Amino acid sequence: MNRNVIISFGLHTLLVIITAMSLPFLSKKPIDLPPIISVELIQITDKTNIPFAPKAKKMIEKVKEKEKKLVSEQAPPKKIKKIKPDAVPLPDEKIEKIKKIKDKKQNPEKVETEIKQISEFEKKELFDTNNIAALIDKSKTESAETNKKLDKVTQNQDKKMDFGGLTLSEEDALKAQIFGCWSIPLGLPFNEDLLVRIKLQLKPDGSIIKTEILDHARMNKPGQAFYKVLAESALRAIKLCQPLRVPSTGYERWKNMQLNFDAREMLEG
Amino acid sequence: MLFRYLFIFLVLLPIKAFALIEVDITRGNLNPLPVAVSPLSIDKDSKDNFKKILKKENLGSEISTIVENNLKQSGLFNPLNKDAFLQEPDIANLKPRFEDWNLIKAQALVTGKVTFVDEKLRVEFRLWDVLAGKEIMALAFTTVPSNWRRVGHIITDKVYERLTGEKGYFDTRIIYISEEGPKTNRIKKLAIMDQDGFNNKFLTLGNELVLTPRFSPTNQMVTYLSYFRNLPRVYLLDIETGMQEVVGDFPGMTFAPRFSPDGKKIIMSFAKDGNSDIYTMDLENRIVERISNHPSIDTSPSYSPDGKYITFNSDRSGYQQIYIMNSNGKNVKRISFGNGLYGTPVWSPRGDLIAFTKLHKGKFYIGVMRTDGTGERLLTENFYQEAPSWSPNGRVLIFYRETKTNSKGEGFSAKLWSIDLTGYNEKMVETETDASDPSWSSLLSN
Repeated sequence: MNRNVIISFGLHTLLVIITAMSLPFLSKKPIDLPPIISVELIQITDKTNIPFAPKAKKMIEKVKEKEKKLVSEQAPPKKIKKIKPDAVPLPDEKIEKIKKIKDKKQNPEKVETEIKQISEFEKKELFDTNNIAALIDKSKTESAETNKKLDKVTQNQDKKMDFGGLTLSEEDALKAQIFGCWSIPLGLPFNEDLLVRIKLQLKPDGSIIKTEILDHARMNKPGQAFYKVLAESALRAIKLCQPLRVPSTGYERWKNMQLNFDAREMLEG
Repeated sequence: MLFRYLFIFLVLLPIKAFALIEVDITRGNLNPLPVAVSPLSIDKDSKDNFKKILKKENLGSEISTIVENNLKQSGLFNPLNKDAFLQEPDIANLKPRFEDWNLIKAQALVTGKVTFVDEKLRVEFRLWDVLAGKEIMALAFTTVPSNWRRVGHIITDKVYERLTGEKGYFDTRIIYISEEGPKTNRIKKLAIMDQDGFNNKFLTLGNELVLTPRFSPTNQMVTYLSYFRNLPRVYLLDIETGMQEVVGDFPGMTFAPRFSPDGKKIIMSFAKDGNSDIYTMDLENRIVERISNHPSIDTSPSYSPDGKYITFNSDRSGYQQIYIMNSNGKNVKRISFGNGLYGTPVWSPRGDLIAFTKLHKGKFYIGVMRTDGTGERLLTENFYQEAPSWSPNGRVLIFYRETKTNSKGEGFSAKLWSIDLTGYNEKMVETETDASDPSWSSLLSN
């Protein structure tokens, strides 16, 4: 019985490893196209590509700790969610501002911009009644409600900024610039998948730090020579266009960007 | 259960990418790619040797000019003016200063070197991505010096393929009917030339009328229509040996011949008693097979590249239209339904399109449609034009166009023209004489 379990465990582990190794997005084979500009290391890791969830957890931890202190005499503390060890620290001032709101029961109209940019996930967790509501006093509940109302107002406004990306006018400006730089190779087979996704790291002035072709594995597949040609043309367009027309503010939200070059529309039309 | 969660975690990992700002770029410009073709460098000894053998002052420049002209002719590239080049060819070939080439807006650079080695011509060339600052192709060819023009064409094919993603069509030949004399008394000869109009040769003397020549897939043989005892017959000609023979012993007129994709059969029309049907003849055992059987005029057959289907035109509906059928003659299906008459269908080497000639309201059009008849696109319109033939990569069509004569019957001419699938880049192909009925070979260097 135990033997079977061990064999089963071993085979399943092997299966998971093989699956993980064969997933294209996990393979980090060197791209045979070199990056346009040498790479500058910045404080962004793959983990931070999930933009706010880790930050939110860190914030929750801090807020919960504070609340725990406040309500400790009224009720026994409930279990606080375990914080993932890979959580990324949030800048101190941001946390301070959150605390400030809590403490001062701030009027929604006066909330700082940084607070507005907290994700939906954060907001939900911050005032999760299962964990916190029972422990805090009435004034704290009011504060939470105020903030919830605030969320409704700010979410629509800032969702685009935080998650949808650029505003329409910002996106249009960028597109118009790249349209002019991209010479589409006309020999491409128009009945094939002609989408090249390129991930960029940008400097605040819009110049390129690093480019990465996301489907680079496809470039060396047999019968996909046209894809390499297409990818190279897209890289040339980026190089030719830089510095890109990026917004003058909000570097944090667009410093990592993905451009999806799709030639089908042009070649079919 | 743990593994299930692990697997779900792995599957969900890409979600991180979707959190990025994404911008869709669905448009670009269709301007020709600016490319610099540096003259190929050549040392003094090699220069002197080639001057003696080929009577060419600077073979390096001559070859680069061929590459430049080919690229320009394609319409996809814009070769930059050599006067603007800042770097000498010999240095550019080894280590280009990309800043200099960037300055003149070149996005690709072709450099190379020509040497005379053991009585042979050796040509090295390199293709550079100027913006990325790297070499993307390097090849060398060795051949007899007299082959120097072909080397230029082969280099162009390589550059074209590397930058556009599809095979080139420059190292190819065109067979056509050379025409001379007044319209009422034309002398027609079978002629062959490189795709750029050079190396023209006549294969027949002009004693007999010749029409509709077509290359075999290996480019070794040509099938065409000529007259034997005042009767139109399909002929075979071996280009190397010059040997000719009549195809089959048909008790009537045979015409509109074409090779099957494997080169083993000839498909053609055979007319007798006012009825015309499609036949094939096996070139090995000479067995003749009737493919279509209908009391109408079925003609201009052309195989699909895989040999499974045949397209042809027929007037079985009352008007001349395009049909397709299985290669055994079954499952005949009409595919053209537009206004006007359709003829001379030719299946694209890619297999996705059929080119045709259309006559509508007194005008002739060259067009393409998908193999199911949808997506008809008329590429060019004129007073009289017909007989499209595909380039081996299926991107360009060559056809011939006749001009109107004036009231005195003067001013008639017939010329070859090419146009690409976009409907742009229409160009006249230079020929020594008037020309008609062109047929494009496959790539010679395959």
